[in-house]
Amino acid sequence: MLMPETFEGWFAARGWTIHPHQRAMLDRAGAPALLLIAPTGGGKTLAGFLPTLAEIAKDPVPGLHTLYISPLKALTADIGRNLRRPVEEMGLPIRIEDRTGDTTRTQRRRQRADPPHILLTTPESLALLLSYEDAPRIFAGLKRVIVDEIHALAESKRGDQLMLGLSRLSSLCPGLRRVGLSATVEDPPALARFLARHPDPCEILTADPGPAPDIAMLDTGAAPPWAGGGGRYAIPAVLDQIARHRTTLIFHNTRAQAELFFRDLWLANEDALPVAIHHGSLSREAREKVEQAMAAGALRAVVCTGSLDLGIDWGDVDLVIQVGAPKNVKRLVQRIGRANHRYNAPSKALLVPANRFEVVECVAALQAVRENDLDGEARGPGPGDVLCQHILATAAAGPFEADALFAEITTAGPYAGLTRARFDACLDFAATGGYALRAYDRWQRLKRQPDGRWALRDPRAAQAIRMNLGTIVEEEKLKVRLKPARGGAALGEIEEAFAATLTPGDSFLIGGQVVRYEGLREMVVEVSRSPGREPKIAVFAGTKFATSTRLSDRILTMFRAPDWPDLPAHTAEWLAMQRDVSRLPERDRLLVETFPHEGRQHLCIYGFAGRNAQQTLGLLVTQRMEAAELAPLGFVSTDYATLIWGLDEVTAPQDLMDSNGLRTAFDEWLAGNAVMKRTFRTSAVIAGLIERNLPGRRKTGRQATFSSDILYDTLMKYDPGHLLLEITREEAMKGLVDFGRIEAMLARVRGRIDHVRRPRVTPLAAPLFLEAGRIPVQGAAEQRLIDAAAERLMAEAGLA
Amino acid sequence: MTAHAFTLSGAPLSALPTGALYWAEAGVLAVADLHLGKAERLARRGGALLPPYDTAETLTRLEAEIARCAPRTIVCLGDSFDDDAAARALPPGAEDRLLRLMAGRRWVWIAGNHDPGPVTLPGTHLAEWREGPLTFRHIAQPGETAEISGHYHPKARLSLGGRRIARPCFLADAARVILPAFGAYTGGLATDAPVLDALMGQEAIAILTGARAVPLPMRPAQGPTPRPLRGDGG
Repeated sequence: MLMPETFEGWFAARGWTIHPHQRAMLDRAGAPALLLIAPTGGGKTLAGFLPTLAEIAKDPVPGLHTLYISPLKALTADIGRNLRRPVEEMGLPIRIEDRTGDTTRTQRRRQRADPPHILLTTPESLALLLSYEDAPRIFAGLKRVIVDEIHALAESKRGDQLMLGLSRLSSLCPGLRRVGLSATVEDPPALARFLARHPDPCEILTADPGPAPDIAMLDTGAAPPWAGGGGRYAIPAVLDQIARHRTTLIFHNTRAQAELFFRDLWLANEDALPVAIHHGSLSREAREKVEQAMAAGALRAVVCTGSLDLGIDWGDVDLVIQVGAPKNVKRLVQRIGRANHRYNAPSKALLVPANRFEVVECVAALQAVRENDLDGEARGPGPGDVLCQHILATAAAGPFEADALFAEITTAGPYAGLTRARFDACLDFAATGGYALRAYDRWQRLKRQPDGRWALRDPRAAQAIRMNLGTIVEEEKLKVRLKPARGGAALGEIEEAFAATLTPGDSFLIGGQVVRYEGLREMVVEVSRSPGREPKIAVFAGTKFATSTRLSDRILTMFRAPDWPDLPAHTAEWLAMQRDVSRLPERDRLLVETFPHEGRQHLCIYGFAGRNAQQTLGLLVTQRMEAAELAPLGFVSTDYATLIWGLDEVTAPQDLMDSNGLRTAFDEWLAGNAVMKRTFRTSAVIAGLIERNLPGRRKTGRQATFSSDILYDTLMKYDPGHLLLEITREEAMKGLVDFGRIEAMLARVRGRIDHVRRPRVTPLAAPLFLEAGRIPVQGAAEQRLIDAAAERLMAEAGLA
Repeated sequence: MTAHAFTLSGAPLSALPTGALYWAEAGVLAVADLHLGKAERLARRGGALLPPYDTAETLTRLEAEIARCAPRTIVCLGDSFDDDAAARALPPGAEDRLLRLMAGRRWVWIAGNHDPGPVTLPGTHLAEWREGPLTFRHIAQPGETAEISGHYHPKARLSLGGRRIARPCFLADAARVILPAFGAYTGGLATDAPVLDALMGQEAIAILTGARAVPLPMRPAQGPTPRPLRGDGG
C-alpha cells in the first residue's frame, strides 16, 4: 500500500520523515499477521495505525475497521488523543473511540449500535463485547486488529484470553488481519506464533534498535547495607542525579519499597524538587494527578513500580533509576527504554543495588545487558481455566456447535496443540461441573439442544458469566480512608490479608505518609495521620518477580571466580568472608547451612531457583520436617535462598532434600497447602466455579460466600481426578508454585549437597532475616502456639 | 480430640472441636446450620456448579459425632436444609443416611429462616424446644437466658504475631451459647460484628473449633495486642 499524499504532506509539514519500519508496515499491509518489534519512541503505534488510516482515508465506509487492544486502560485514552491529532489535522473522516471498564453505559450502548471506525479497548472489554448476542453485528466488516505491547500481554493469561477472542473474531470477520506491536523480546518467532491465526504465517519486522543504552551502577560513595531492600542509603546520590536531569523515573520492585524510599527522599529533598509517587495501591485520583503533572512536565522525578512499565509516552524522561535488583534482564532493558523517547538517542539508566547481594545481581545484569543476552521463560500451552471461561462466554453469546468451536479454538496460537479430549473435558466442566458424581443433570449450566448445539439452560446465567469475565484475580483489597472527622479522604488500597494483621495503633506508610490504623469500619480501613512517627510496618504486597534462570546462572558463574575485580570492594569482601566462614553456592551443587539464632534453629537452602520456586521448596521441606517431627515454625524465601526456622536442629538436611522424596512430597502436598489453594482459587475464579467478589457487591453481614479452601478440600477428598485439580497441578509447575524450576535445580545438583554447620548466622544468610513475606507452618507447632496464646489471653482477661 | 467444658444455667456442656455441642447429662447433641443441599440449590438457580459433595461431607461428620457421643436426642438448630426444595429432594442416598441416623433416637428439627420445617422427614418439628433449664432455638433473642442457638455462623479471627487464623467458633456467656455452622459450605460472620457484639456479654468467650476446642476471650483485651511470637508469622 502506498502512503497517501495527504499523509506525506502532513509528515513533511512537521519536518518528519517516515521511519523505514513504518514504511514496511504499509508495504505489508495485506499480510494476515505481522509482528513489529521496535524500541520505545520508534513511532511503533503510528506504524501500527498507518495502514488503517490510509485504508479508511481511501474508502471511508461506516462501521468498525480497526480494533486496537492495549493492556492498559490509560494507554487507550492516551493513544486516542495521539491519534486524533493527525486525523483532525489531515481532515480525515475517521471516528476514534475507546471502550474500557471506565466507559459510561450510554456510550457503550451507542458503540454497540453504531461502532466507530477505530475502537480502542482492552482484552477484558473485548471478551465482554464478544459475549453479547449481537457480537456478529458489532464486528461486521472489521478488517484489522492491532495488539499493542503484545510482549507484556503474552506473559499472562490475559494474552491467552485475547488470542481466544481473536479466534472468535476471525470466524466472525473472515480475512481479519492481525498486527502485534512489541518491545524487544528474546524469542520473536515464539511471539509471532502466539499472535498469528494458526497455521497462518507471521512476518516479523524489526526496527532499528537504536544506540546501545548508557547504563551503569550508581556510585553512592557508600556501601549498600548488609541486608534489606529499598536502597534508601542511596538517597543523597539519587537526589543529586534528579537535580542533574530533566525528569527521572525511579523504579522499585515492590510498592512497600517505593513508599519507604519516597518518604525518605521527600525528607532529604532540601531543594524542594517536585517529586511524586505512583503505584497500583494508590487511589485512582492520586495516580491520575501524578500522570497529568508528569505529562505537563511539572515533575522532576517519580518514584514508581511496574505501574509505569508500560505505555504512556512520558515525554521528557531522560534518566531511569532502577532501585533493587532488576530480576530479569529483558524487563530491565524495557524499563531502560522508558528514558529518552527520542529515536536514535541512547537511553540512560542507573542501577541501585539495595543490599550487597543485589550488588552481585546488578553487576551480572549489566554484563547481560551489554551482551544483549535477554532472558525469558518459555511459554507453555494455553491454560485450561481460561479455556473454560471462553466456552462459557461463547455460550453467553448464543448456542454453539462443539466441533466448530473446537476447530476455532485450535486456530489460537496458545491452543494450537489442544487435544479434543481436553476440549471435551472443559466443555463438560462448563456444562455439568464435570464431577464424577453426576449430580446436576437437571441443573446443567449448558444443555445440548435437539439440534445438537450447546446453549445456556437458564439464559439469565449470561449476566453472571459476563460479570465474571477476565483473567486477573486479585487479592481482596480494602480501601484506606482518613477517619471522617479528619477529612475522610481516600488514600488507596491495601490487601485484606495485610489489613487483618493490623492492630489499632499500628502505623504504616501509604502515599508517602505515615498513618495510624484506627479500625475497620464497613470494610474500609480507617486511619489517622501520624506525622513524624516511624512506621511500624510498611509491608503491603506488590508484585514480586522471580530472578530469571539466566540471571541466576550468571551469578553462580561469577561465584566461581577466585576474586571479583568487577565488584565493589565491600561486596567482594563480603563474598570472600562467606567463602571463608562457610562456602559459596555453586551451580551444580546445593549449599545447605544450619545454625542457631535467637533461640531458634535455622536451615538455609541456597537453591537459586527464583523466589517462587524457593517458596515452594520451603513449603515442601517444612512439610517433610513436620513429618520427621522437627517442629518447623516458618520460613522465608528470596530469589536465591530459603531460610527455615523451627524448634529443633536439622542434622541431616540431605534426607530432606533428596529429589524422589521431594517429588513424592510435592504430590502429597498438593492436598493441603496454602499456595496450592491460592493457585486453585485463581483457576476456580477464572473457570467460573467461584464468582469473583466485585467491588460494591461484597457482603457485609454474614458472608454468603464460603472459602475456596473448602471447595479445594472437598474436591481433593471426593473427586481427586477433577478437571480443576488437574488444571491446578499444571499451574503449579509455573507461576506462584514454579515446581518446574525446583525439578531443574535438583536435576542439575544430582544429590551433590554440601551441608555446612555454623554456630551463628552466616554472611550470605543474614539478609534473609529482614525479608518480608514470612510464611507460617501450620503444623503441630501452630497448635502449641495457639494454646499458649489462648492461655495468656484468657489470663489477661481474667477469664482463666 | 479435646472438648471445652463449661456450664450454662447449671447444665454442664461440652463444646466439641467439630462445632457440635454435647450435653452428656441429658444425652443431647446439638448441631446448627447443616445447610444440606446447598450446592444443589445454587446450581438450580443457574449459578456455579459447586462440587456436589457438601451434603455427603456434612452427614459423614454428623455420623462420626453421633457414633462418638451416642446421644439419645439430636437437636438441629435450624437451617438444616438450604431451602424447602432442598429438603424435599436431597441428593441420592442422603435421605437414607439421615433416616438411619434418626432410627432409635429422638430427633428435634428446629425451624430456621432457610427451612420453615422439613415436613417430609420424621422427627419432631418445633419453632423452639425446652429441655430442663435450656431453650434451643434458631436465632438468639436479646434478653433471653439459658439459650442455645445457631444462625450466625460465628467465626473468630486471631492474630498471632502477624499470623492470622480464622476459625468457626462457639460464642458463650452466662446467658447463651451460639453454635458455629456444622455444614460444609458455610461462610462465617466475624465475632466483632455489631449484632454479635450486642448479643454477647462482656465476659463472653469464643471457643475455636479445629483439632481441639480452644477458648479465648471473644473481645481481645483493650489496647494493642502484644506480639510475643515475633518472627513466626507472615
